[in-house]
Amino acid sequence: MRTALNIATDTLAYGMVLFIISIGLSIMMGLMRVVNLAHGAFAMIGGYLASYAIRDLHVHYSLAILIAVVGTIIVSIPFELLLYRRIYRKSDPLIQVLMTIGITFFIIGVVNFVFGPSLKTIPLPALLSGPLDIGFRSVPTHRLFVIACGVATALALWLLIEKTEFGIKLRASVDHSGMADALGIRTEIIYAVTFALAIGLGAFGGVVGAEILPIEPFYALRYMVTFLVVVSVGGAGSIMGALSASLLLGLADTTGKYLAPEFGEFFFYLTVIVIVFLFPHGLFGRSHA
Amino acid sequence: MNERAKSILTLAILGLMTGTASADVIKVGVIGTMSGPYALFGANYKMGIDAWVAEHGNKVGSHEIEFIYRDEEGPNPAKSKALAQELIVKDKVQYLAGIYFTPNAMAIAPLLEESKTPLVVLNAATSSIVEKSPYIVRTSFTMWQNTVPAANIAFKNGARKVAIAVSDYGPGIDAEAAFKKTFEADGGAVVEAIRIPLNTTDFSPIMQRIKSSGADTIFTFLPAGPPALGFIKAYVDNGLKADGVKLMSTGDVVTEIDLPGIGDSAIGMLSTYHYALSHNSPENKAFLASIVKNGGKIEDVAMTGVAAYDGARVIYKMIEATDGQRDPEKAIATVKGMKWISPRGPVSIDPETRHIRQNVYLRTVTKVDGKLINKEGDTVFLDQPDWALSKQ
Repeated sequence: MRTALNIATDTLAYGMVLFIISIGLSIMMGLMRVVNLAHGAFAMIGGYLASYAIRDLHVHYSLAILIAVVGTIIVSIPFELLLYRRIYRKSDPLIQVLMTIGITFFIIGVVNFVFGPSLKTIPLPALLSGPLDIGFRSVPTHRLFVIACGVATALALWLLIEKTEFGIKLRASVDHSGMADALGIRTEIIYAVTFALAIGLGAFGGVVGAEILPIEPFYALRYMVTFLVVVSVGGAGSIMGALSASLLLGLADTTGKYLAPEFGEFFFYLTVIVIVFLFPHGLFGRSHA
Repeated sequence: MNERAKSILTLAILGLMTGTASADVIKVGVIGTMSGPYALFGANYKMGIDAWVAEHGNKVGSHEIEFIYRDEEGPNPAKSKALAQELIVKDKVQYLAGIYFTPNAMAIAPLLEESKTPLVVLNAATSSIVEKSPYIVRTSFTMWQNTVPAANIAFKNGARKVAIAVSDYGPGIDAEAAFKKTFEADGGAVVEAIRIPLNTTDFSPIMQRIKSSGADTIFTFLPAGPPALGFIKAYVDNGLKADGVKLMSTGDVVTEIDLPGIGDSAIGMLSTYHYALSHNSPENKAFLASIVKNGGKIEDVAMTGVAAYDGARVIYKMIEATDGQRDPEKAIATVKGMKWISPRGPVSIDPETRHIRQNVYLRTVTKVDGKLINKEGDTVFLDQPDWALSKQ
């Protein structure tokens, strides 16, 4: 029983980190049909900005998150205008993959040059650091913060996409961009805003997830597979999908580590194989035939 | 052709021949990780060698020494083998040095005897590498060399029940075996042994397992960087530090490069290692000063820098003994038993194993003037051999 509770706590925390970082990628792939392999690179930029803001400018953690998200979106604007805009929704996957992996290497090189090859941490405020006793065990306080962030993100996105006018326009542009254009929806603006949203979520995830996935120049490549797996298991573009995939994969990974650590990543990938076999478009994905 | 032209030509040829004999260039091929995630360690090869050359000149007798660097990139044996072949055949190097990863060293070993090229390994730390060719000398360290003292000191400091958590790859498994064997021989018990997959990011479950095993001390080995950081954070955040469970490792986990990133949670952590940046000796001060003078930065210095500095010394000695001729037997025989004071302390090349013997120090992570360092204490294990190779 105690073990089960332990597993549940760790699953929730790890799953939420996966969710926060992957949801931006999921939106990008589901709504814009861009396989953005550079997503991790943008998350990493967010992490570096937050680390710099706290360690060198001595701002508060909450302000640093804001700086990271806004800063990363500003950095991404030239990429959007010059490169991404050309590949939304229509181009061949090979071009997307080549372009975004190129951007990834470019960002890794620049970051390595500017910030150096070593790890950068994002110091936590006293309120969030250290262990917190929750009765049957102690958990890192920061994990609870991450869980709360995950729930808030999922809720906010759901409201945005399902309940606002922007959400209606976005769904219209996604379902039939030609028709949406004809009805007077400025699809390129909708896309640009969605791109910014996806990048901003990536940066946010990079900052709050940094305790588990530390920021260093090769972050962008190291965790690329993990992010892509979450999106493909959950189904691109679906909030529920990304959430349930993150929790399921977190569960598989955590349970494996508790009960049979010698199997390594076996259970994680077994779960991936079984789900993708049963649901080729992911748990909540739609086929885009 | 008349007589005069002939004699001029003969003179010219003679001149060329004597010219090459007196002012020849001896090339040394250095294979290291110059790009990618391990680039800093490759850069350290260059820093260490540059420091040595700056202090001792680029000439041994009348022979000019030229170092040629090649990029090993990552654990890629086929690529390293191709690089070594190219260096030997095209660039005609007389010595090879470097190699960060064990599999890469294993791939190069068979080429050495055939081409009569000695190799000075500057990092790759699996014990058996030196057994793969009689032409290999190593100036770095091995997992066994640093782990056996860790187990001894853990028992001496009162540890009785230890949980071992290592990364699931070659050096991790070496560390686990070395610790378990030594600690159990001392009379302690290993209550939990966990092999952690290399790409693990969440260490919380592992900490819970250790907690429920009732261990009083954790011994760990993980590659420096994100895994080490995540492990130490999980150790603190899951309350094991507060519960008084001790954490020990080899120095690979708490490198001076990563300490600022790990932060204050590392304070008090014990580790055993052959080199600390803060090692207090005139040799180390001179070494670091010479690194800085050549454009290096103190905060970038890693163990590979010292290994390269000492490696350059070994190569210079070999060139001196053979007078620039390709004579690997003589070169290797000369450096067997060679003794000197390195920036890390007194060292020697073990004549049996061709691996470096050195002191291993017990260090504590301490904050001095706002900077985290590995502070060496009074506990020093003198003249440690590679315990896996030595029969003693």
